[in-house]
Order: sequence, then structure tokens, then C-alpha cells
Amino acid sequence: MQLENMIEIDGIPVKIEGERNLLEIISKSGIKLPVFCYHSDLSIYGACRMCMVEDEKGRMMAACSTVPRSGMKIKTNTSRLRKYRKSILELLLASHCRDCTTCENSGKCTLQELAVQFGITNVRFNNDKTEPKRDESSPSIVRDPSKCILCGDCVRECNEIQRVGAIDFAFRGSNATISTAFNKPIAESLCVNCGQCAAACPTGAIIVKDDTSKVLDMIDDPDVFVTCEIAPAVRVGIGQELGLDVGENTLGRIIAALHRIGIDRVFDTATGADLTVVEEANEFVERIKNGEKLPLFTSCCPAWVQYVEKKYPELISNVSTCRSPMSMFSAVVKEYFKDKLPEGKKRHYHIALMPCTAKKFECKRDEFDGVTDDVITTQELIKMIKKSGIMLGELEPESVDMPFGVASGAGVIFGVTGGVTEAVLRKVVNDNSRTALAQIEYTGVRGMDGVKEVHLPYGDTELHIAIVSGLANASRVVEGIKNGELHYDLVEVMACRGGCISGAGQPYISHRHRIKRGEGLYRSDRESAIKCSQDNFVTSELYSTVLKDSVHHLLHVQYKNS
Amino acid sequence: MSKINSREELNALRQVCIRALNAEKTKILVCGGTGCVAGGSLGVFDRLKELIEAKGITVDVELADEPHGDVIGMKKSGCHGFCEMGPLVRIEPQGWLYTKVKVSDCEEIVERTIIGGENIERLAYKQNGEVFQRQENIPFYEKQTRAVLESCGHINAASIREYLAFGGYTALEKCLFELTPEAIVQEVSESNLRGRGGGGFGAGRKWASCAAQKETPKYIVCNGDEGDPGAFMDRSIMEGDPHRLIEGMIIAGIGIGSSEGYIYVRAEYPLAVDRLRIAIAQAEELGILGDNILGTDKSFHIHINRGAGAFVCGEGSALTASIEGKRGMPRVKPPRTVEHGLFEKPTNLNNVETYANVPMIINKGASWYKAIGPENSPGTKAFALTGTIQNTGLIEVPMGTTLREVIFDIGGGMRGGTKFKAVQIGGPSGGCLTENELDVPLDFDSLKSVGAMIGSGGLVVMDDKTCMVEVARFFMNFTQNESCGKCVPCREGTKRMLEILERITAGNGQDGDIELLEELADTISNTALCGLGKTAPSPVISTIKNFREEYEAHIYQKRCPAGACSKLKRFVIDADKCKGCSKCARNCPVNAISGKVKTPFVIDQDKCIKCGACVSNCSFGAVREEA
Repeated sequence: MQLENMIEIDGIPVKIEGERNLLEIISKSGIKLPVFCYHSDLSIYGACRMCMVEDEKGRMMAACSTVPRSGMKIKTNTSRLRKYRKSILELLLASHCRDCTTCENSGKCTLQELAVQFGITNVRFNNDKTEPKRDESSPSIVRDPSKCILCGDCVRECNEIQRVGAIDFAFRGSNATISTAFNKPIAESLCVNCGQCAAACPTGAIIVKDDTSKVLDMIDDPDVFVTCEIAPAVRVGIGQELGLDVGENTLGRIIAALHRIGIDRVFDTATGADLTVVEEANEFVERIKNGEKLPLFTSCCPAWVQYVEKKYPELISNVSTCRSPMSMFSAVVKEYFKDKLPEGKKRHYHIALMPCTAKKFECKRDEFDGVTDDVITTQELIKMIKKSGIMLGELEPESVDMPFGVASGAGVIFGVTGGVTEAVLRKVVNDNSRTALAQIEYTGVRGMDGVKEVHLPYGDTELHIAIVSGLANASRVVEGIKNGELHYDLVEVMACRGGCISGAGQPYISHRHRIKRGEGLYRSDRESAIKCSQDNFVTSELYSTVLKDSVHHLLHVQYKNS
Repeated sequence: MSKINSREELNALRQVCIRALNAEKTKILVCGGTGCVAGGSLGVFDRLKELIEAKGITVDVELADEPHGDVIGMKKSGCHGFCEMGPLVRIEPQGWLYTKVKVSDCEEIVERTIIGGENIERLAYKQNGEVFQRQENIPFYEKQTRAVLESCGHINAASIREYLAFGGYTALEKCLFELTPEAIVQEVSESNLRGRGGGGFGAGRKWASCAAQKETPKYIVCNGDEGDPGAFMDRSIMEGDPHRLIEGMIIAGIGIGSSEGYIYVRAEYPLAVDRLRIAIAQAEELGILGDNILGTDKSFHIHINRGAGAFVCGEGSALTASIEGKRGMPRVKPPRTVEHGLFEKPTNLNNVETYANVPMIINKGASWYKAIGPENSPGTKAFALTGTIQNTGLIEVPMGTTLREVIFDIGGGMRGGTKFKAVQIGGPSGGCLTENELDVPLDFDSLKSVGAMIGSGGLVVMDDKTCMVEVARFFMNFTQNESCGKCVPCREGTKRMLEILERITAGNGQDGDIELLEELADTISNTALCGLGKTAPSPVISTIKNFREEYEAHIYQKRCPAGACSKLKRFVIDADKCKGCSKCARNCPVNAISGKVKTPFVIDQDKCIKCGACVSNCSFGAVREEA
């Protein structure tokens, strides 16, 4: 009997529920097919051929690109399929670097994982892997095409999701490679350092640059006073790789770990975000009042700022002059300790723990005078913790160090798309009652959609706000604004989908996990005693101390390229 | 000429053209196909024209509006197909064919043939001592059925007026003024015309499916990216009868409901591009192409895109990507091209030969067409016949003709009386067939059942001096070079297959290589993304199947039975003939030969570099080459 709208997978009937392809329905039925080039967010490429399945007549099809039809009888794991998958893996390995132990991506590499899974113990072809061709020009990522399996994930990520177009295929056949235009170093390309290519790469061909050894050397130097700040998204991104729950807020444990590693003071970038909220809200209100250029684009995301510089330079004056929370806070920290270094310390070295590869670029920008000495991503933090032998789950949480030990919930939600807007609205509305906060929460600022719209009464007018994550979405909104179809007063843009929680510096996650990380940040907000940035007494006090006469100098920026 | 606004005006013009054509007392058709042009036919054309005009005779290159007196029509025709015998000159009305004509022959042609009306036997084709004056009597032509290529070689390829005079655009007329779009598609469906690009998918089914798409605009795309080594059927049509293709495409446009057509021609076909450009401009000038064709509400525009030399761009989705300016890489299907083709719009993609069949089908009807060839693969098929046979060139035969007829009747059998060994059919995607399969009819289904395919129609005939491992290596080298690099099995698998074939032909084959080749072939043919990848192992599969012992001889005995693989040649000294003179040893550049004077010498095979110096230096014929 053939059931309506059902297919049979390895003999088990499974209902078709709008799945776009066999891979999705097979995955729903509890079978993980091996894939290199399939990502649910990206277009279907169908190149790795690992997800081949067969039907009852022995017809072969790639599960990723076959539409499920009622009555299909699919086998996912026959000896024939295993033979082909093994053969494909063997072919890939024959042209690939096999020095796994010295590869930065060892343990996280899909090729390595599948080779183990399929029991590849011998490669029968000459190993003609090319010599490493590392491109280390970027402060954010390192490319090594000799480790590339040409799955094209990075290309589609860069072109489809981010609409940056820094890389694409070049040459053909076995000479095919991923390249920038004219094979220039990646730093000289259109790359905006978002790092999503590295996040998508299943091998070690694109990895996040590792700056940890420099940091560890600094910590060991007795002359150096080492401080650090932790971005909101890091605390909910680290757990999954260290035996804790996905999205669990681990801030206290990270602080404890960093103290053990030897960092002198640990602060929270959310404190810096409180400064940003106040500054950006003021700028926004001023622009409205003075009829200046609108929409105001947020400026927290360095990949987005670079995207504007490279693709829409004419819009740079719409970008807020506020520095990002990191660059504001680093400037304040540096300024504060300028003449207050602890006894015996000769130099101040300040690092930022970020979910983001573009922050590595931001901290090296001339405009910021090196206030952040180095940026360490969540992935590098995990390495540092592992290298130190610290078992994060065993640590008792510790608190943020003084003198900047306080951050508002508004500052914490910066790490998720819509967070900046929600925080700014809390300032603009200037009402910290529970009702007011709930009203803002339900305007539509929250959620993982790539483009969200918020309309909010403001005085006798209405504010129109767009919240965008993912640069392709941003590009669509910008085009809409440019050709007059869209009108907004404020546009929040985060380069990564879902905001900083999905930054390329974080361990790679599925969409489901992305939501969990967001929930983790909103939970922290709920648990915060202070909800609004303007109520943070620590930052408020800074305006009469460190920031006195230096607000513009320390908290704002004029980009030199513009 | 001004735009034609009605059927009547077109017919009036056609009558003028027919009168002018009939007024030409003698016609001289000089082949202007790529092969003959390379052989110097353009010089022949110019010289003939100069000589005739010097006699005070009017020469018309283009059909005149008002025929006048004694006129000789001189035309640069398309390819006659008998490229081996080029440059070719055809004299009408006698139908004489002169072969291998040189500029120095022109004077004699003018004096004796044009003025004197006599045939020059020296220039006529001869086979087995027999002289063939008339082109149609030459065995090469006699056994063919030229339908699609009917006018190739017989009309001026750069003249729309001649095309009209030969009944061109009458099918278009019928489609514009008598048939509904549905009826056009119906006629093509009923004819059972199958796509000539290789797959053999029903053209009518494709048209109907594209016509049924709701989305607009729709596109008509012609695949002229003929890339198989040695194949030039489509080139000949584009060069020799471009209007036939254009007419077929306009009809497809009317039937499917599209007003934009693209012809994707490989850039290696500059002459085809030129002729198409001329033809398109002529058709536009007359209002046969463009807006409101012949005064109707139908419009059709044709654009030419030149391919940059990637074989894979002959694959449908790679071709449309290439037209869009993207990297030519096949994409996964669904969606199919008819739904989501060029610019993501419904697209009908056929190859040149397929479209060129359409005007005949419309004019003569589906039942006429179906009567040619077998029921499931009706019509004729053009083949490029090459290899070690007597007559090579472009031929057209009814589907269902056997390989034996093609090779031995039309092709005239093996050249130099060598022994037939195999025929490679279908280009890099096809297979090698042997003596046992010579009676297989050439049609889509029969060939598939013996592990080969028509492909675009390349036929390479091979004799016993051809090494089948080398043939497999040659095609694998081609496919490997042309792989786009997208999917792993094709990109990496063909590279490894080539690597193995190279080592076998170099004498470094290892035990297990045949099995490894078979394993890779199995993986690639079952898992590759596109048709090119899936069929890439075919030449290897079919040669292993039919000539496994040749592979084994290479691997285990380090011997090439055909004596073709130079690295496997062995020179040995026949001890009975060797006088021990030491001349070979003294002339060996690598001191590979040793021996005691007056006793037989020996060659150290490890040192020998197969230069052959010993052979030429032996006065007693004692050194021989061993296969």
C-alpha cells in the first residue's frame, strides 16, 4: 500500500512535510548523510556527491538536489553507496594535505571526520597535494588553498549571504581554485573581514587567524599590565565546546578562567555598550531634531562599516560617528589606566574577547590608535582555555573586575540582532518601567529574521526602524533606501545573520543553536538589575571623570577612508 | 532592400530570386567551408572570377533583381562534406565536382569547362580506377541522404536571396499565416524529432513543456558549442546554411511563445559566427527577424554569444550560465532548463542540427519525417567521419543505417587496405565498438544498448595499428582537461584515471590498474553531477570491455600489441641474422648494446632509449622492433 505524501527511507515510512529536498527529509528521519557542500542557508550546489542515495531500482541521486516525491523508496546506506562515498573521499584525500596533526583545523575538519567514519586507511593514488600557499595578508583569516576541497561553501557564503563577492572560483578541472579577483591577497580584495567563509569552510582552507601566542607571551611578561574585555556574544558561544549547554551564560566562568590564565583585570564590553547606547541615542535624537541625514546606520559592526566604505562610500555620512562598544570601551580603559598602572607594571596591554573576526581588523585601524591591542575570538579563547588545562565547567563563577564592574541588560543584548535597537529605544523612550520595556520588546525588535521592521510612536511622529542582519540583506535594504522605495529613520546592521552570536569567531552553529544563544542573552537581560544604559551609574560617572572633555575624542570616530 | 510586410511581398521577392537563379546559365560553387578555405579555396574563387570577367562574361555573386543575359553565378558555398578532397569546386548544371583544386588549375577550368563545356578528368574524383564526374555519383555521396545538409555546398551561404530561391522561409510563412503555435509544437511532437545534441530527448516534448510554462519572457537557445574532437556537423550547418538554423529558431519561438533567441557558438568557429551575423543582418533587413515579422504581431530577435573554449559549456546549464556572463559550470537539476533556464526564465535549448530539422518537418509534415529511419529515432543524422578510412568528411544518413554501411560504403573501407579494428562513436562521451557491432543500426536506442552513444555524431574509424589503451588515454586526457572542476568524481576521478592510463601506456602499469580503472569508472559514472562527468569514463569502460587483453599486454608484458605506444617499443637483435659487426653498438648513443665481435650482439632493454639508431645502422636487417 502506498501512503499519500509519504516516502520510504531505508524501509521506514516518513511523511513529507514541505522539505525542499531528500537530504532534509532523510535528516528528519534520523540519518545524517555525509556532506561537504550542503548548507541549509546556502543555495544547493551539489558538487561533493557524498549525499548520493539510491532508489529501489538502483537509480542514483544526490539527496541534496532531489525533490521528495510521494511513494519514493530511498536507500541511504547500501554497500554500493558506501563504496562510492569511500571512493570520493579517497579521491579528495589524494589531492589534499594529509598532515592532520599539524593542521590548525584538526579535530574540526569534516574531511578528517568522514575519513575516519568511512575507515579510509589507505589512499591508492599519488599524493600530489600542492605546497601550502598561505595568504596571511588579512588580520582576520588565513587562507590556504592547498587544503581546499572546492565545495564552494565559502564562495556562496561570501556571494549569497554576504553579497561581498571577494572570492570566487578560478580556473577549471583539477586546476580549479578559489581566488580573489586577479589572485590578489585577500586583504586587498573586497573582503570585509566578516569571516563567514571561515565559518563555512569544512576543512582548514580558511581559518580564523590565531593570535593567542602573542597574548600568552604578554601575560607572562611581568612588566605588562594585561586587561581584557568580553563581548556579550562570547559568554553564550563558548559553552558548547567546553562541555556546557549551548547558549548557557558562562561569563562568570570565563572571568574565572581568564584570572587563572593570568589576566590582571577582566571587564565586560557590555559596559562599553552602555556608553554606545547613550551616545548613539543622543546622535539619533540630535539628527532628528536638526533634520540631519537619515537614516542613521548603526556603526557597531566593523564588517558593516567596511562594507559601506567599499560598496556604498556615498553613504558613509549616514553611519553613526559612534565607535563600536569595543573601541569606546578600550579607549576608556586605556585612558583610565593611563596614569594608574599598578605597581611594577610598565606597560598596559588591553585585549578584547570577541565573537568576531572583523574586530581583529577594527583594532588595527589607524583611527583607533591601537586602544585595543589585540582581539581574540571565542574560538581562540577556547584554545587558550584548553591549552591551560582549565576545565571551565569545574570553575566557580567570578565577577567582573572594578572599576567597570557594572553593565546594563541593554548592553548585554547588543550581541543579538535587534539588541542595539532595543537598547537605543530604551534610552530614546527614557522610561524604565516594566510596561515600557515590554512594549519595546514586542515592537518586533526580537527574532532571527534577516530584516525586521519596527514602527514606534515618538512624540507626535513615528519612528521607522529597520533591523538587518546578514550583509546581503543589508545590501537589499540599502538599495531600497537608495532608490526611494524604503524609508527609515534608523537602520541597525549586523554583518552576521542573527547578529554577533553567529560571528565567525564563535564555534560554528546551526540555526537552532543560533536561537539558543540569543535566548541566553535575553535571559541575562532579564536577570540584570539595571535594564537601561542610561541607568548604569558606572558609565554615567565616567562622563564626569575619564570622559570629561574627551567624549568626542574617545567615543566617536571619523573614518579616514571616507 | 526594405522590410517585407506581408506574405505576398515575400513571395514576390522569392519569385524574383528564383528567376535570377534560373537565369544563371552556369553556376560555379567554390566551397567556402573551413577545411577548403584552409586549403586555399578563397584564392581559387577570386582567380576564377577574375579570369571569367576578363573574358567579358558577367559574373553574379548575389542574385540580381533583374536577370540579364549570359550570367555565370559564382558562389562561396558551405561545406560539401568531402573535406579530404578539398578545395572543392562544383559546376552546375552538370553537377561536376572538381577536387583538390589549386589556383593554377583555374585557367584550365575556365577555358575547358566554362567556355568549352567539357569535364576535366584530371580534377574529377577517382576511386579504384573509376572516374566520377558527377558529385552525386561518387560513392561517398551516393549512399547518403542529405536532408539537413541538403543545401550545404549547393547554395551561397551568405545570401538570403538564394535561401529564398531554394524555398527558404516557406516553413516560417506557414507557421506565421497558417498554423497556431499549438499546431507547430504538435507537428514537431508528432514527427518524433529527437534532439541531435547527444541525449536524444524528444524535441517536441521539450517544446511543449517550455510552451506550457507560465513565466515570461521565455528564451530560445541554440547550442552551437560543438566541442567533441573531430566533430563539425553543426559548424557546417552554421557556415553553409545559416538561414535554415535561423528559420528553425524563429519557428520554435513562435511555437513556444518566445521572442528572444540566443545562439551560443564556440569562438573557434569564426567563420560560422561571420556567416550567422551576415544571415541575421539580412533577415533583419527583410523583416524576417525583428519586431512584427512579415507584418504580423510575432517578433523574434537573435543574439550571438561566443563561447570562450570550454567544452563543458556545451552542457545546458553551463551554457546558459555562460551566456549570463557567469562561470560555465553545470548546476544541479531540478529545476530543469525549460522551467529555469537562461536568466532563470523558461528556456528551450536545442542544438544546431535539431533546429535545422524543423523547417523540413513543418514543410513536409511529421509523417514524411517519420518515414525516414526507424520509428523511435526518425530522420537523418549528420556524422563527422574520420580516421583510417578512404573517405573522410561530413556525411548524413538516415537514422538506423549500420556502421558497416557508413564505414565500408560511404567511407570506402579502410585506407591502404588495413584491418578494421574499432570505431569510436560519440566523442569523449561515447564508446569504442568492434567488428561484432558493425551491424548495429545507428540510432539513439540501439547504440545505447551496446554501451555507446550517438553523441553529437563523431565517428573515428581505427585500424589495427591503433592502440586502444592510447585511445582511452587520449579521450580521458580531453575530458580531464575539460572538466569544469565542480564535482569531486569528475574533477578528481578523471585526473586519477588519466594518471593510471598514462602509466599503463608508458609501460609502468601495475597489477590491479585495470580493476582500479573500473572502480573509478563505476564511481564517476554513477555519481558525477552532469552528463559530461557521467559519461567521461565511457571510452575506458568500452575499451576495457572489448580490448582487455591489450590492457593486460601493456601492464604485464610491457608490450603494446598495436605497436603504437612509443615507450613500449622494444628493439631486439635477431641472433641468426647478426654478424657481430658491432656497428650498432658503436652507434648506440647510450651504450645499450654489447657483444663480442663476430658473435650476436644484445640490447640492454633497461638502457635502451628506443631511438632506433641501431635499426638504421644495421646492414643485415638484424635489429627489429618488437611490439
